[in-house]
Amino acid sequence: MSDEALIRTRNLAREYHMGDSVVRALRNVSLEIGRGEFVAIMGPSGSGKSTFMNLLGCLDRPTAGEHWFDGVDVATLDTDQLARVRNAKIGFVFQSFNLLPRTSAIDNVEMPLLYSGLAPDTRRQRASERLARVGLAERAHHHPSQLSGGQQQRVAIARALVNDPLLILADEPTGALDTRTGVEIMAILQELNARGTTVVLVTHESDIARFARRVIAFRDGEVRADDRVAERHDAAAQLSAFPGEAA
Amino acid sequence: MNVLANLLVALRALRINVLRSALTMLGIIIGVGAVITMVAVGSGAQDRVSAQIRSLGANLIIVFNASSRDGRARLGAGTTYNLTEEDAEALTLIDGVVLTAPTVRGGAQVVNGADNWWTAIQGVTTDFMAARDWELVAGRAITEEDIRAGAKVVVLGETVAKAVFVNSDPVGSMVRIKNVPFDVVGVLAKKGQNSFGQDQDDVALVPLSTARKRVIGANLQTRPTGVAQILVKLQDGADAKVVEEQVTSSLRQRHNIQPGAEDDFNVRNLSEIMEAREASQRVLSYLLAAVASVSLLVGGIGIMNIMLVSVTERTREIGLRMAVGARRRDILLQFLVEAVTLSLIGGIVGIGIGILASALIANLAGWPTLIEPLSLVLAFGFSGAVGVFFGFYPARKAAQLDPIVALRYE
Repeated sequence: MSDEALIRTRNLAREYHMGDSVVRALRNVSLEIGRGEFVAIMGPSGSGKSTFMNLLGCLDRPTAGEHWFDGVDVATLDTDQLARVRNAKIGFVFQSFNLLPRTSAIDNVEMPLLYSGLAPDTRRQRASERLARVGLAERAHHHPSQLSGGQQQRVAIARALVNDPLLILADEPTGALDTRTGVEIMAILQELNARGTTVVLVTHESDIARFARRVIAFRDGEVRADDRVAERHDAAAQLSAFPGEAA
Repeated sequence: MNVLANLLVALRALRINVLRSALTMLGIIIGVGAVITMVAVGSGAQDRVSAQIRSLGANLIIVFNASSRDGRARLGAGTTYNLTEEDAEALTLIDGVVLTAPTVRGGAQVVNGADNWWTAIQGVTTDFMAARDWELVAGRAITEEDIRAGAKVVVLGETVAKAVFVNSDPVGSMVRIKNVPFDVVGVLAKKGQNSFGQDQDDVALVPLSTARKRVIGANLQTRPTGVAQILVKLQDGADAKVVEEQVTSSLRQRHNIQPGAEDDFNVRNLSEIMEAREASQRVLSYLLAAVASVSLLVGGIGIMNIMLVSVTERTREIGLRMAVGARRRDILLQFLVEAVTLSLIGGIVGIGIGILASALIANLAGWPTLIEPLSLVLAFGFSGAVGVFFGFYPARKAAQLDPIVALRYE
């Protein structure tokens, strides 16, 4: 692993044209996210955090500025190369899970591998290994509708992990879950981070943000604060403090 | 992502919505089934007309005796013998004529003990069988020798042979015609009905000379070499119109008919009539196929419709797939494969239904149907093409979605 930061942006800007007016969703964002960091991105809606996430996820291109990811200038990549980067190096976790309906958990986890060109046996094996890692080995053949919200999000995390990504981008992963289940999800993310995966988490709950090591606050398209978390929450410890047995 | 993985994804998507997939295929099933059935009915009819042309004898012109005038009284056609063997001989000299076969005709009872059968007795020359493209199933044909000697030999048509020789072999046996014993020397191959519904096998062939002497009487007294008709066989590729004109002018000259006077004979080009009928049959079958293709087109539009709905419904899925690394062409391929799978399965089922329907029509309505393997291959290929054509637009629409917008789609 190189010493270079995983993500480096310089004067990153993104503008949208809406009719005659120009919306400057993001301006002059220059920051670095190192390998193995756990960063929470906070900000009210319209602050530019979603736009920033889309850029970090290589789903979108900036209108100005530089974006280096894993030593590559993203601006030089074409659409297909961006797709390859997303496939091989980034895992996405969404607020609404985004699992394919009427499709088994293991098929959902396996789905990104269809675009990696792996042999069917390898795909299957990896998918079931990742499911086991999030504790859902027995639910491999359940459909999303047969799983609880927390279980669905764990399937989504297993899917994000299936290609051993350098970066996990979690967009409000606990937004649709109750507090306790939310903490469970954070426990998984913290554990992944402890093993070396870089995690970038978007949230508007400061409680959730405190599971990260670093919080970057956005406002009106600019970085307003960039602080280390002083008293970091430990999800595993919180879980054992919850009454009743852990799921 | 390879095509096989795409196929699996497509099949899974189609299985999730079985009823909708089946209903979508229905359009293609009906379209392909209709095309197969209509083409089968069309080519069956065409095939029958062609078979009738073949049974008549290909490239054949027939010259009949016309009605003749006796003062102001008009006699029925064929009651006099204006045509002669010499006419037939002369017609062979015309360019494009291969051979001619003069015949006389009369009705008589063919008797074998208690079994007897009324049939047409044809007096023929050796060229008759060649003119009619007729084969033997047993024995021999009538020879030059038989004709010279006025031999009492007969070649029976299939119907007659079956009627008077119920349990025994006709060849080598004897039958009586007009109380005269004839040796049966051969049996003709079955030709079946002609296009006018007449049984062509209800016939017995005897030498021309024998027919004059033993079977047909009176009228020939005045014209010892008179014949009822002359079959004129043309070369392949000869222009029937030109030969017909030459036959007419040659006969007019030989019969001393003044310019402006009526012919005392009629020339019929039967195969020409049949060919015209075949052509109209062909037009009809093209028309049927065209009408059936319209339903295939409608089926294709149905596929496009459902694929558009499916793309809209699965916008988030498309966004997700793009986010996790699907390239635009993967998405394009996924939806294209889905459309083509729908149309190909529809095509296969449609082919099955078309074959079944053709068999049903052949059995219930009694129409001849003919399924050509090429039409099946074409139907299969065409239904695939329908899938590609009508699936492309929705697939392209899917592939051009913006993943960010698609992921947020509600």
